[in-house]
Amino acid sequence: MSALIAILILLLLGLIVLVVGAPLRAARRGDLEPQPQETLAGHPVQATAAELEVEHDDMEAAREAKYREIRDAELDFRTGKLSREDYEAIDAQLRAEALEILNRLEPVEPPE
Amino acid sequence: MNPARKRTVRLTVALSAAVVLASALIYTSFSAASPALTPSQLTRQAQPGRSYQVTGTVAKGSVYRGGSGGAILYFSVEDRAGGTTIPLAYTGTVPDPFREGREVIVTVEKQGSSYIGERNSLITKCPSKYKTAPAGENQNA
Amino acid sequence: MAGLGFACLLLGLAICAYGIGASVYGVRSGRVEFSESGRRSVYALAGILTVAFAVLELAFLRNDFAFNTVASTSSRTTPGFYRAAAVWSSQEGSLLLWAWLLSMWSSLALFLTRRRMRDIASYATAILLGFGGFFVALMVFYANPFATTRPAPAEGQGLDPLLRFPTMMIHPPMLYSGYTLCTIPLAFGMGALLARRVDADWIKAIRRFAFAAWLFLGVGILLGARWSYSELGWGGYWGWDAVENASLMPWLTGTAFLHSLMIQEKRGMLKVWNVSLVLATGTLAIMGTFLVRSGVLNSIHAFGGATLGVPFVCLIGVLIAGSIYLVVSRRDMLRSEHRLDSLISRESAFLANNVVLVGLCFVIFWGTYFPLISEALTGQEASVGPPWFDRYTVPLALVLVLLSGIGPVIAWRRATLANARRSFLAPLATALLTLVVLLTAGVASKPLAIAMFCCAAFVFGSIGQEFFRGVRARRAMAGESVPRAFTGLVRRNRRRYGGYVVHLGIAVLFIGVAASSSFQHASELGLSPGQSTRVGAYTVRYVRPTATITPRYDAAHTGSTLSLGAVIDVSKGGRHVATLNPSEGYYASQEASQGTVGSLIGGQPVSHVSMNAGITRDVWSAIEPDIEAPALQRIVRAGNSALSPEEALVAIGYLAREYLKHPPQAQFHFIVSPLVMWIWIGGLIVFGGGLIAIWPTPSVVRRRVAARSRARAVRGLARA
Repeated sequence: MSALIAILILLLLGLIVLVVGAPLRAARRGDLEPQPQETLAGHPVQATAAELEVEHDDMEAAREAKYREIRDAELDFRTGKLSREDYEAIDAQLRAEALEILNRLEPVEPPE
Repeated sequence: MNPARKRTVRLTVALSAAVVLASALIYTSFSAASPALTPSQLTRQAQPGRSYQVTGTVAKGSVYRGGSGGAILYFSVEDRAGGTTIPLAYTGTVPDPFREGREVIVTVEKQGSSYIGERNSLITKCPSKYKTAPAGENQNA
Repeated sequence: MAGLGFACLLLGLAICAYGIGASVYGVRSGRVEFSESGRRSVYALAGILTVAFAVLELAFLRNDFAFNTVASTSSRTTPGFYRAAAVWSSQEGSLLLWAWLLSMWSSLALFLTRRRMRDIASYATAILLGFGGFFVALMVFYANPFATTRPAPAEGQGLDPLLRFPTMMIHPPMLYSGYTLCTIPLAFGMGALLARRVDADWIKAIRRFAFAAWLFLGVGILLGARWSYSELGWGGYWGWDAVENASLMPWLTGTAFLHSLMIQEKRGMLKVWNVSLVLATGTLAIMGTFLVRSGVLNSIHAFGGATLGVPFVCLIGVLIAGSIYLVVSRRDMLRSEHRLDSLISRESAFLANNVVLVGLCFVIFWGTYFPLISEALTGQEASVGPPWFDRYTVPLALVLVLLSGIGPVIAWRRATLANARRSFLAPLATALLTLVVLLTAGVASKPLAIAMFCCAAFVFGSIGQEFFRGVRARRAMAGESVPRAFTGLVRRNRRRYGGYVVHLGIAVLFIGVAASSSFQHASELGLSPGQSTRVGAYTVRYVRPTATITPRYDAAHTGSTLSLGAVIDVSKGGRHVATLNPSEGYYASQEASQGTVGSLIGGQPVSHVSMNAGITRDVWSAIEPDIEAPALQRIVRAGNSALSPEEALVAIGYLAREYLKHPPQAQFHFIVSPLVMWIWIGGLIVFGGGLIAIWPTPSVVRRRVAARSRARAVRGLARA
């Protein structure tokens, strides 16, 4: 029984190493996406591809949130919580903020 | 008052209110608390009219029911290590694990020379089936 | 097999160590493959702990008493259903359950964020593996679930009969899921601070995790409340027990976080507050876990074993110190982008809600840990009781419910004062109407309960008005029929209307809590057969005794040898209300000193409560038969001296017969609680509403909405 268990344990160990080490092996073979340039910790030399992607994701999330705010404001108006003047003021403000985000999004495309 | 000043005032007021309420809370907790004592400590320190939490084990042979319709449970609590035993009269729910030799916690008040248990304040510790095995126990495959 | 299990734990420890190193190296050097490898370590940990858990579960199902945990918490006579659940009834097994659930939920969270937030996710991976490693290390060094004793004992001690309730299967896994899910937002929160990025993408991800934690924790708490309600020694759903409180605290801060997160999303405010809340929630969850198993505070849950206290205190200390350091050192990037526009805004109401929730949490925290605090400050351990808790939590709860009715009625950013005033008319009217009705119905004796009912009525009025106005607005825009407008409204505004449903559920829940606390009738009665007595408006009559013997190896039952009880009839004003059948089950013990017959019934007795649950009230009864009655004890003693273990069951038959023929007076606990059902119904509504709120809109709809919003935004530019 113990021999069987020992073999099982070794198999598990092998499986773990296989699964966990796969990315490392892939990187050595050069299969992964282009490496972002090495940056000294805390001193980013320039915007790397990874950082651009992060900012793009973030802008998209901010855009979605802003759209939701615009729709919420309209619903607030239609359910009688805002007067027409107040609604138009808020709506104009929100749309300006949305445009700002859209403008920042256009030039920031993830590298293909 | 400019907006910034207004905000500072608002913040100060809010914080002060929070501090006052927290202080009230903390102060009352000390006066409303029941100290946890063993029976030997209780016999020494108990003052009539104040409530105390007694922790100890149920003394053997001390449990019986009395009162109208058996509503009162009489039992004695003794020090875990043995020694002082105090009898008390308790009304209220009795937890399932309750029996002689079990560890209990009950809130009591001294009335005259006897102790009256506060209603529904009896807690019985589950028998220690959940004790952690001491390190180094037999761990062979 | 135990060797396999223990080896899995060791492998798990190695995985954690590697994963932490790989993730941290990966994020700091920018080498993605190491971050990837770190993430896969979490998957690997989940896999290996699944194997370990399976090994333990199999040992229980197969009655392998060589395992110490199996021998101490299970037996051949324990029914299969409870044998499976017995895995987590011990310290060691419950640690394994915790670690396993942590690894599974972490794997899911990291899988869902595998393409985004690379840097934050890497730090989060390291932190989650840190927690995993902590729990695995506890098992390896302190509380090994795979410890064995050879030669294996022939029979185990059996699952504590107190735990033989179906809820035992669900409550711990649910609650532990809630606790472990709380560590995920904590990990991502710390990760965000370490990566110096607290932004929209992070908000989106962390909201999902925080909501999942909130949902599971809430369900776990409600299940625990329902379980304790059906158990003698409680009869109530909440006793301000230390362990109950410990699970409530992270739920309160989690609720606060879900609200204040919306403010950060919209206005870029409250970043420090939110990050602190998320760190506090995770820390409180760890403290809750610690409390159950350290024996540090008196509780009915006491797992006992002071050996685990020290490691946990260290972990909590590290968490608190680390959190404070991170928040303080990153305070620059946590500056608010905007300020509050107006006090009359939904943001304001949310802030107030946060204050109340955190205040509630503080009260509960202080009261729960008071024995430790007083011992530290005065040298004397003292504890505060329910009256102290009630004094502070009740007013706070009233304000909370009121706020949940105010929030929906106010607009975001800044509400128009005139409109807001008008919007409050209907809810106020509902509340006042309720007040009048209640006072005329003659319930003036309980002002606090009345206050809660009125606040709840206010909420009903406000939510009802919101749905009405929303449907009306939709019909004006799209000309749909009422049902279609309703579903369309909710479907397109899930977060808002799901949230309204949650508030509705909370109001219902508090109605149940207020009614069942203030208007409960409880009493102890001593009754003999045929006797009846009055309890308030009810008459309780002892109809006849009941006795059941269960053969030793009957797996269908909970496994009690003998069950003695009674049938009681409850009526009100001459009308039959309910027939209850409470009983007390007597279980076998392992103590030979009790004799052959005595040991068959000498184990932990468990009360089987009989309850008639109704829409307006629950009638609850438990019995304490007089097993010490001389006639019964005579039979036990005779059997002890004359019968061998194999024949002893015969004596049980005589016991049952004697009990039926000459039943002694029995003690009954009898409780009538109004509106308890509504606590559970309210809970269901809350979680239903939560699911509506978090349910993602199908991407087709999302794209259409996004396109339309974009067109609107661009139109604004043209006009300007």
